[in-house]
Amino acid sequence: MSGWRLAHGGLIDRSRPVFFTFDGRRLAGFSGDTVASALLANGVDVVARSIKLGRPRGIVAAGTEEPNALIAVEPGLALRRATEVELVDGLAVRSVSGRAPAPAIDETPSEHVWHHADVVVVGAGAAGLTAAQDAVAAGGRVVLLEGGHAAGPLPDGLVDAADFVFLPRTVAVGRFDSNMIVAHERRRGTPGANTAARDRLWHIRARDVVLATGAVERPLVFADNDRPGIMLAGSVGVYLQRYGVAAGRRAVVFTANDSAYVVARDLQAAGVDVVAIVDTRVRPGPTADAGGIEVLSGHVVAGTTGDEGLASVLIVPRDGDADRASPTVVEADLLAVSGGWDPALRLLAHTGARLRYQPSAGTYGVTEVPPRVRITGLAADVNGGVGAFSTLDPVWLVPAPDGSLDRHFVDLQRDATAADIRRAVDAGMRSPEHVKRFTTIGTGNDQGRTSGTNELGVLAALLGTTLEQLGPTTFRTPLVPIPMRVLGGPYRGELFDPVRTTPIHGSHVAAGALFENVGQWKRAWAYPREGESFDDAVLRECRAVREGVGIMDVSTLGKIDVQGPDAGAFVDRVYTNRFSTLKVGSSRYGLMLRADGMVFDDGTATRLADDHFHLTTTTGGAAAVLDWLEEWLQTEWPDLRVRLTSVTDEWAGVAIAGPKSRELLARLAPNLDVSAEAFPFMTVRNEYLSELPARIFRISFSGELSYEVYVKSWYGRALWDAIAAAGADLDVTPYGTEAMHVLRAEKGYVIVGQETDGTVTAADLGLDWMLSKRKWFIGLGALDRPHLTRPDRRQLVGLLPDDPDLHVPEGSALLPSGGLGTAGNVTSSYRSAALGRTFALGLLAGGRARIGSRVDAQVAGWRVPLDIVEPVLWDPQNERRDG
Amino acid sequence: MSGRRQPLDPHLVERLWRTPAPKPAYDVVVVGAGGHGLSTAYYLAKNHGITNVAVLERGWLGGGNMGRNTTVVRSNYLWDQSAAIYEFSLKLWESLEDELDFDVLLSQRGVVALAHSTHDVREIKRRVSANHANGIDAEWLEPAELKRFVPIINISPEVRYPVLGGSLQRRGGIARHDHVAWGYAHAADRMGVDIIQNCEVTDFLRDGDRITGVQTTRGPIAAGNVALAAAGHTSTLADRLGIRLPIQSHPLQALVSELIEPFLDTVIMSNTVHVYVSQADKGELVMGAGIDAFNSYAQRGSFLIIERMLAAAIELFPIFSQVRVLRTWAGIVDVCPDASPIIGPLPLGNLYVNTGWGTGGFKATPASGWVYAHTIATGQPHELNAPFQLDRFRSGALVDEHGAAGVAH
Repeated sequence: MSGWRLAHGGLIDRSRPVFFTFDGRRLAGFSGDTVASALLANGVDVVARSIKLGRPRGIVAAGTEEPNALIAVEPGLALRRATEVELVDGLAVRSVSGRAPAPAIDETPSEHVWHHADVVVVGAGAAGLTAAQDAVAAGGRVVLLEGGHAAGPLPDGLVDAADFVFLPRTVAVGRFDSNMIVAHERRRGTPGANTAARDRLWHIRARDVVLATGAVERPLVFADNDRPGIMLAGSVGVYLQRYGVAAGRRAVVFTANDSAYVVARDLQAAGVDVVAIVDTRVRPGPTADAGGIEVLSGHVVAGTTGDEGLASVLIVPRDGDADRASPTVVEADLLAVSGGWDPALRLLAHTGARLRYQPSAGTYGVTEVPPRVRITGLAADVNGGVGAFSTLDPVWLVPAPDGSLDRHFVDLQRDATAADIRRAVDAGMRSPEHVKRFTTIGTGNDQGRTSGTNELGVLAALLGTTLEQLGPTTFRTPLVPIPMRVLGGPYRGELFDPVRTTPIHGSHVAAGALFENVGQWKRAWAYPREGESFDDAVLRECRAVREGVGIMDVSTLGKIDVQGPDAGAFVDRVYTNRFSTLKVGSSRYGLMLRADGMVFDDGTATRLADDHFHLTTTTGGAAAVLDWLEEWLQTEWPDLRVRLTSVTDEWAGVAIAGPKSRELLARLAPNLDVSAEAFPFMTVRNEYLSELPARIFRISFSGELSYEVYVKSWYGRALWDAIAAAGADLDVTPYGTEAMHVLRAEKGYVIVGQETDGTVTAADLGLDWMLSKRKWFIGLGALDRPHLTRPDRRQLVGLLPDDPDLHVPEGSALLPSGGLGTAGNVTSSYRSAALGRTFALGLLAGGRARIGSRVDAQVAGWRVPLDIVEPVLWDPQNERRDG
Repeated sequence: MSGRRQPLDPHLVERLWRTPAPKPAYDVVVVGAGGHGLSTAYYLAKNHGITNVAVLERGWLGGGNMGRNTTVVRSNYLWDQSAAIYEFSLKLWESLEDELDFDVLLSQRGVVALAHSTHDVREIKRRVSANHANGIDAEWLEPAELKRFVPIINISPEVRYPVLGGSLQRRGGIARHDHVAWGYAHAADRMGVDIIQNCEVTDFLRDGDRITGVQTTRGPIAAGNVALAAAGHTSTLADRLGIRLPIQSHPLQALVSELIEPFLDTVIMSNTVHVYVSQADKGELVMGAGIDAFNSYAQRGSFLIIERMLAAAIELFPIFSQVRVLRTWAGIVDVCPDASPIIGPLPLGNLYVNTGWGTGGFKATPASGWVYAHTIATGQPHELNAPFQLDRFRSGALVDEHGAAGVAH
């Protein structure tokens, strides 16, 4: 029990005691403490057991570089560092040795925030505050980020500044291209409380970034350098000044630079018995004021003893093997070490800035600062080797008397030693990246903050090379670990991906529809009645369309408005068939190919005026088709005078399908001549329908007499309800996407994305008649490649099992007559009311020539024989579409 | 009891490889000491007795995609040609520790692919059925069966894209990527292959239409055959010869978490929401995201991709919510228009190419080296890589794994 609370001092509030538990022990601290400072104040030496060797470990540092003191915070067991967790009353934490327990589920959403700033200052120490003041004085939007938990009061000039945002407890975790800073803000609140936005993730696009990020102290590598009580000197100073905690009673300071001297004096002044300053240098630097403490210059600590905590320190001259046999043994419970400092510049490395060893600074720094970035304060001093940081004489490895290296710890969290590095070198490894992976040094949750440079120093020593020859391994976002829920943000459930519903959605809900996800859309899948199975509902809906009249919400179809003098030429190029000759008021089915000749999308195009076309796309393909058309228009044909507009959401549509659809339409639009002669197939009319201005297409995806009626989307539900009301006595039946799939499959109509998968040509689908021979279109150039004209390509066929009740699962492989492999697959498979049996569509190698023969499908490990038939099983003569 | 010897732990190997200086000439120069280059060198020596081989590496061996993938091994590809080569690869994986006498930490813990829509269900069932037809183990699991197999998965119908089922390949799993690279390097080195790191190929030596060697940052090296295995950089090397390869390079991001007590003992992939995840033996979650749409050789991607992937991951696995992300990174995937590789001769004499593995490179490592070595040694493609020749982009005989497999990893 070595640490203790001073009677005075620190930034803690001694009037507010706080109680917490650590591994079930009830301990006291003060408001303003961290768990780490309170543990030290309570004399807790051992905070964890090491991951591989089970050695006792204590607190080493005061900040995010702490490698040992990981804790799980009750009740959720969130993993944190003891140096980061502010003490609050009732806090309960557990020590973590090695792997953390799986934390509890925490569904609290975080907020994601976007911000633009002229200047972002990272770090609110003295240099950061000055930089922020300067930036505010210069005008503009300024953001100051401070990762710490208890930044001091803001100076005058910042408190009331306009356009200034101060974010304490906010760690900049990454810098991305073009100065985008991502920062994690931990907001106040009781851990575990289900409050809104306990965390925010800031995305700040900055014109300029100022890094006032300070520096991280390095330990020294010597035998048994991992005992509790061996701490970074600067951190010992932080505990003293900030928390009024002395980390021991009898201390030795071991340093390779001047910066630890002030810590030695401060410890002495606070009442700690500082026995000696062991300085690796023969001549300490100009700022090395020992204040009367004995200085052993040109000496090193070669080892330590102790049981659970530190008991004594073994001191030998740095050079002179003769004296190694009898080291000076000094009893101490605190060894404050300083091997040097590394500037905290990892944010720059995230975006590719190269860190190089700078001998004058004794560390890796940047010589080329990226544009619109400035480094200031301690980080700049260390980077440049200025002041106390110019006094470093690096000692990378203090040899043990017996020559062993296996208790020279380099990475405390990973329990990796200099011996591990030597094994890597012996194995033939020369690259620091290999050594990192072999030893796991630097892969802990501190990303090697206190171990990275020492690893390279030891490696250079073992290889007999210099650090200039060895680059640091790559640093990665995030700078400190972030919970996944913070990165995931509020984008859960319906916010994960927008839910799109049609204007008619409410009517489907009221009708008890089941819905399926089609892209972002919720589409009515089927409308089972009370006590009716899904399959029975689909059969009933299909029957209604074939025998009476059905209505379907087709609002989700993609719709693209094409306008301009060159609209006809444009549409000719993007579809395989010709449209420029299409008469105004007429529609035509169209096929689009990718550049490789494979089917990409299908739909209809309708000419509304000479320079105006209305294109429909598949529901799932709407965005991709618009992207595709824009890409061609913008990059290949900028000369075409054509504009494209997505009007998918502008129009709501209802298909009225079935033998009784004409009668129903006539009731709704009494002014419209609905006769087959006056309103022929594949034409469009503008007419009022139940007082709603509508565009009525005579078009069919079921093979029956059918219309698609479109109105402005806000009339959608009125349209649906009007149709339903007008057709009540005709038993008008809403049908869903499943019935639509069955009906179109009975007619052999393909669905892009179901019968096609990016490997299927128009000819494979029997649609080669749609390939114009008299004009160019996208994909034409690929069609004469030899493989695309082979007779054994997979072609669309109908497939009938012997048993009319057997449903062959979609996706089933079609098998070759012998051997391994596939000859095709079942793309669609349904029960048909009209056919009174099950049927399927499939793609089969050389399928068209095999019509009339048999093929086996693989169903649950069995070969199921199927008749190969024409893909059009219903009304092959198209006798029903005119009613 | 099986007489199988415990394979060597790389940490106990006295020397993994030498650090040789380049010789003036080799029978074969392999460009790129990633998994495929190293396995190629190994099988050249082992299967064909060609040991006068150099593997040239501009950085450190295994430091490209080999060292930054998410270590998934599986063979459940859709098309017969892909299934054949990946299944051959999986069989090589299953004996790799004995073959190399090296512990590659292969864990056949099963690979699950999730379906979130009726379209997914159809396509994944199609793949399962095709796998059966190709003699590859595959199962379809209904949501309740999935839940029994992966207890931490959320099968609630309330989530935005509910789990409607999934496929399982029990023989799939993970291996330790570094150990695989080191194992092949060690075995090749022992047979006399020179692995030369920090040696970048800058140009080619040629005699008319025949390649005679390479120019490197460490001088010219003559070669009987030159075999490119430099992933996305293969296309920039081929550019020097005026050969334009149909390769696009994109960042593909991944991340690891802190070390957590084990709670996930299988590999889960979801192409629809772009997430795949496993838990490594040390305890960290290893997760992969979707591909960045832009082309890049910088080994970093957009943070937005990471954020969206984690939103999806938490939806599927609420227990991840408090687990912390430790490190993110990106590899650069080299993708052909049909998402399948190119392995074979280029239209210049004595020059071969192996590239375009996209997201499938790691799991293909053993088979890729095997068939590439065969192709180099005999001048003819092995039957398994015959479908993966460059001329398929002229003939149209593509092996398109985009469609059903999506961004399959």
